[in-house]
Amino acid sequence: MKTLERSTSAVPPPQRSRRPFWTARRRDHAVGYLFIAPQLAGSVIFVLIPLVMVLWYSFHEWNVLAGTFHSVGADNYRALADDPKLPGVLRNTALFSAGLVTLNLGLALALAVLLNQRLRGRVVFRTLFFSPVVVSLVAWTIVWGFLLQKNGGINAFLDLVGVQGPNWLRGEGTAMLSVVVVQVFKNVGLNMVLFLAALQGVPQEFYEAATVDGAGRWRQFWRITVPLISPTILLTSIITVVGSLQVFAQIAVLTQGGPGDSTTVLVYYLYQQAFEFHHFGYGATLSVLLFLIVLVLTVIQWQMRKRWVFHEN
Amino acid sequence: MRTKPSPRARLLLYGLLLVLCVPFVFPTWWMVTSSLKPATEIFAFPPSLLPDHPEFGAYDKVFDLQPFGQQYVNSMYIAAVVTLGTLAFSSLAGYAFARIRFRGQNALFLVVLTGLLIPSEVTIVPLFQMFRDWDMIDTHWPLILVPVFGAPSVLATFIMRQFYIALPNELEEAARMDGLGRFATFLKIALPLSRPALAAVAIFTFLHSWNLYLEPTVYLSTPEKFTLPQALTSYVDAYGGPMWNVQLAAASLTALPVLAVFVFAQRQFVEGLAHTGLK
Repeated sequence: MKTLERSTSAVPPPQRSRRPFWTARRRDHAVGYLFIAPQLAGSVIFVLIPLVMVLWYSFHEWNVLAGTFHSVGADNYRALADDPKLPGVLRNTALFSAGLVTLNLGLALALAVLLNQRLRGRVVFRTLFFSPVVVSLVAWTIVWGFLLQKNGGINAFLDLVGVQGPNWLRGEGTAMLSVVVVQVFKNVGLNMVLFLAALQGVPQEFYEAATVDGAGRWRQFWRITVPLISPTILLTSIITVVGSLQVFAQIAVLTQGGPGDSTTVLVYYLYQQAFEFHHFGYGATLSVLLFLIVLVLTVIQWQMRKRWVFHEN
Repeated sequence: MRTKPSPRARLLLYGLLLVLCVPFVFPTWWMVTSSLKPATEIFAFPPSLLPDHPEFGAYDKVFDLQPFGQQYVNSMYIAAVVTLGTLAFSSLAGYAFARIRFRGQNALFLVVLTGLLIPSEVTIVPLFQMFRDWDMIDTHWPLILVPVFGAPSVLATFIMRQFYIALPNELEEAARMDGLGRFATFLKIALPLSRPALAAVAIFTFLHSWNLYLEPTVYLSTPEKFTLPQALTSYVDAYGGPMWNVQLAAASLTALPVLAVFVFAQRQFVEGLAHTGLK
């Protein structure tokens, strides 16, 4: 009140009759806009406009070297439908994502359950399982590439026990598996930690009650633990699925998409088309496809939430 | 489920955990020890867990073959700038979306959130063209601007907003009653209280920038401007084959400092991420 009186006396008489322009409400609006301005402007310039442009480019052919840019109608989309490589690329992408999500979530949950026991040294194990998350992605991938060579560490140790290991990264059957496994060990610690936090939030009484009712451990796990941590399962699966579609460095370092095209996933193919073969228009068309896949998968997962997820906070 | 296991079960559990540790720990061990082996010993059979004659020759080569020190500085400063920028903008925006009422708030929040649906790989073709128009190819600008405003920072804004929504409002109300302005309230009251969320955002932003590979590969072509991931894969011989011991030495130099920081502050890392990621 004091400030209000002081300001009215300071304002010259003609203004007194009008309501001041900067009401508390107006000021709040202005401050709100100012606070979000950098983030909003950045989102528009570096996310939304490029998204519109990618759609625009997908209807054009654009040669950087010759400096030509012209409309080609739906040609890029016809090329997409006729691309003999694309079905294989999509199959590889699906295989990679499905393998990664299954192994990652399964292992993360198993590790979290193990670490949720009352056990001395849990923190040490948690630190060890988590440590690859902080190792530079390319460094981690290089070491595994080294280990997976035909005469590399893994086969050397297999040889010691009398097993002849395959050439992991050069075999059609083993290359994809290798890439998936390398990525699982890199990031499973993150999901493990999220699961561990969720498990610690499950009330102990539920298990006690179930034990009294004669439910075994296995049954308790599926009937109590899984439903109660289902929000976390959903969250981690969304993060992991979207992340799996973005895989690039691992492929570029380990297999360069080979052998044949057996590990060429969508983002790697997009990179090749746009930045190795300079087919920018077609690269943009592949980007649109990638965007649609991400969109559809996210919508499906949100729908699943309504059906499967036990509770929400 | 958190019953105390019987001694036999505990032994079994320890055994299982130790076996499970191997694929997480062994690669790092193998990376460091192999980088100390001479090129002739690196694929030796039978494999040795420790080098017979440790030598640092590969480490000399790391710096001889490329401006590795400069590349290290590049990665560090880019990650630092990206982290600071993300912290500043995401906490401001997150705070406004959580605390201040303004017209169009929900619609604008949705506009920002769409960034989560658009991984930067989707927009790399038009972004490349945009940065070409701005003469920013072969500069660090794209590696700074896109992460500070793209999908990772949107996730950061979301985390900050959720944190402020859950944070009790009383302290800020009291400060406002005392005549503190919005910005001062944010800076002096809300920001210090949000340290756990800021720590989590800082950690994952730093790691994201530190790991970027597609973007530097697309934008940078001068070795002096490379970031570490790109530098690591550039140690190849005349036939394009990797120079393993040099690559592993460079990888060790890249990985070990961050690992050391992590071991030192693992509680903040793990628990910060776990709790902020959820709520």
